[in-house]
Amino acid sequence: MKRLITASAVALIASLSAANAQTEIQWWHAMGGELGSKLEEIVQGFNDSQNEYKVVPSYKGTYPETMTAAIAAFRAKQQPTIVQVFEVGTGTMMAAQGAIVPVYQLMQDNDVQFDPNAFLPAVVGYYTDTDGNMLSMPFNSSTPILYYNKDVFEKAGLDPEQPPKTWGEMEEFSKKIIDSGAASCGFTTGWVSWIQTENFSAWHNQPVGTEQNGFGGLDARLSLNGPVQVKHWENLKKWADEGIFKYGGPVGGDNAPPMFYSQECAMIMNSSASRAGVLANAQDFQVGFGMLPYYDDVEGAPQNTIIGGATLWVLSGRPEEEYKGAARFFEYLSSPDVQADWASFSGYLPITQAAADQMSGFFADNPGADTGLKEITLNPPTENSKGLRFGNYVQIRGIIDEEFEQLLAGSKDAQGALDSVVERGNKLLEEFQAQNQ
Amino acid sequence: MKRTIFSNQLLPWLLLAPQLAITFIFFLWPAGQAIRQSFLREDAFGINTSFVGLANFRALLDSPEYLESVKVTAVFAVSVTVVSMGVALLLAVAVDRMLKSARVYTTLLVWPYAVAPAVAGILWWFIFNPTIGIMPYVLDVIGYDWNHVSSKTDAMILVVIASAWKQISYNFLFFVAGLQAIPASMREAAAIDGAGPVRRFFDITFPLLSPTTFFLLVINIVYAMFETFGVIDATTEGGPARATNIMVYKVYFDGFVGQNIGSSAAQSVVLMLLVITLTIIQFRWVEKKVEY
Repeated sequence: MKRLITASAVALIASLSAANAQTEIQWWHAMGGELGSKLEEIVQGFNDSQNEYKVVPSYKGTYPETMTAAIAAFRAKQQPTIVQVFEVGTGTMMAAQGAIVPVYQLMQDNDVQFDPNAFLPAVVGYYTDTDGNMLSMPFNSSTPILYYNKDVFEKAGLDPEQPPKTWGEMEEFSKKIIDSGAASCGFTTGWVSWIQTENFSAWHNQPVGTEQNGFGGLDARLSLNGPVQVKHWENLKKWADEGIFKYGGPVGGDNAPPMFYSQECAMIMNSSASRAGVLANAQDFQVGFGMLPYYDDVEGAPQNTIIGGATLWVLSGRPEEEYKGAARFFEYLSSPDVQADWASFSGYLPITQAAADQMSGFFADNPGADTGLKEITLNPPTENSKGLRFGNYVQIRGIIDEEFEQLLAGSKDAQGALDSVVERGNKLLEEFQAQNQ
Repeated sequence: MKRTIFSNQLLPWLLLAPQLAITFIFFLWPAGQAIRQSFLREDAFGINTSFVGLANFRALLDSPEYLESVKVTAVFAVSVTVVSMGVALLLAVAVDRMLKSARVYTTLLVWPYAVAPAVAGILWWFIFNPTIGIMPYVLDVIGYDWNHVSSKTDAMILVVIASAWKQISYNFLFFVAGLQAIPASMREAAAIDGAGPVRRFFDITFPLLSPTTFFLLVINIVYAMFETFGVIDATTEGGPARATNIMVYKVYFDGFVGQNIGSSAAQSVVLMLLVITLTIIQFRWVEKKVEY
């Protein structure tokens, strides 16, 4: 018995020292299901490629849950080295200067070769500061596109290879579809905030806020109640009353995809990363892909769309060794092979030009898979289409949903609803500015 | 009251220690933290902190959203209390008349109390789901277009039903016990004097039940205001357009999702004061003034 204890104690010490030889790097993420398994496969690839560092991924739930967990851990001084944060959390992360290690600095400090020009400007632009320094490592980025039901188009006497290009055509096609009885609703949408407000503004080269959509500083305020956005919200309300458009609910619009899958609505605007899910669910009909529609009387439209998704932030206050490992891991993550593999599997956008080039074969075999990439690279991003960076933005998105619901319920008109988005949102921005000064 | 005299001064404290430790760790300490945070303005990571006095509270009073949330909470709490107590009383009176099967019914009716709020929420969310649920299908037959995703009224009805359903079991148990404590002779005497069942209920049974009713009233209001977070989170998440955004849910959303810790702490302090008030009413007023 005594010998057994001694033996196991020796084994325990041996295993501990083996673990000590490798530096463990904690990575908290929000990718569940199949994306989560793929993520673990990618991490395994890195861990097998060398024996100094071991990245340990942990699934922490939804995006808000993961971010909240990381912030709480930081306050308790138990933070992970790497955390995945969704794009609307960017403003909060950026402002927390003492809490983060910018990616460009991480690479510099650890002598890892890093060429910011290799990245796609439309993707990394969202996450760079005004001096062009990259602050976080894009991991999964997507952009909204239009999906349409080719069978319904054919039944309605429309050309199934021609998706509507403008909002005028959206209306016209929808009316034809409804009148012909091919479907009972023209279109629906996920993410009223991200797609019909933020991306809509970028696509029409309209500002969402002052100070280059918040890139310029904490004193930025919202200004998305311009005539173009008001006209669009007004139309959405009119189309909702006419039955052309159906609302799919707040935040991501959970009820929108089922309306498209059940062929109730002929078209849906949703994330390019939903592609695999849409194809898997659209069993009884052919799916077509198109760019987001635009108003052809707005000058400069279509400009380019902006991205959504999440990036990897490095938190400060960890041992030096872990930052070396994180820098090496980021180098591995942005390599063309890993990027192309991840993007082809998930439908997210590749983040480097090299990866995009490597995917040309995949794009040829999968028509429509490059729609998102085409949209974000359509034109060089302007001040209005680089992205947005506001604090307290999770709540501001909530306000956009609420005011849109007030518009649909008829208790406000489009101008009134957007005015109150600006007014209420600005209160939160003032609060955020005060908190961070 | 009879006083127990301890020969050792230490023993009573030792016996109280576990309870005191729990009170300290799970109530006094976090409550103290909340009070401290409610006077501070702080960024999410806790890097910049400044003392702002009552600014967080003043901002709450100036915020139409907060006042709306108070209103929503009042409507919600009153509806849940009335529905759950009304149905429970009805069931209790029905069971009280049974002789043999009363035990079986009692056991069956208590079951929902064992269901966690989040599970109850999901259950009702499925039943009332506009796309796949059975109730919207049934309601459609009688010409009502149910949609709690876009209709504020429908959403409120959904969370009230889901929250009240769970609480009916609890109320039912207390009402059954209360009814059994009423001497049968009083009701018999009334019956002999010619009072019908309705008259007997309102003149004899209901007044004699008043201690139970008042106790449950306070318990139910507290339940509706503070323990229904799971139901709301699993069904409507406070929407649409804040129609079901009760105060407890707003504390969670502003603090944990929005990272606005100061405002969230100020809101929990307000809630804490509310609970203290309700508890005082419970102990000082209800327990003494209600005639048995």
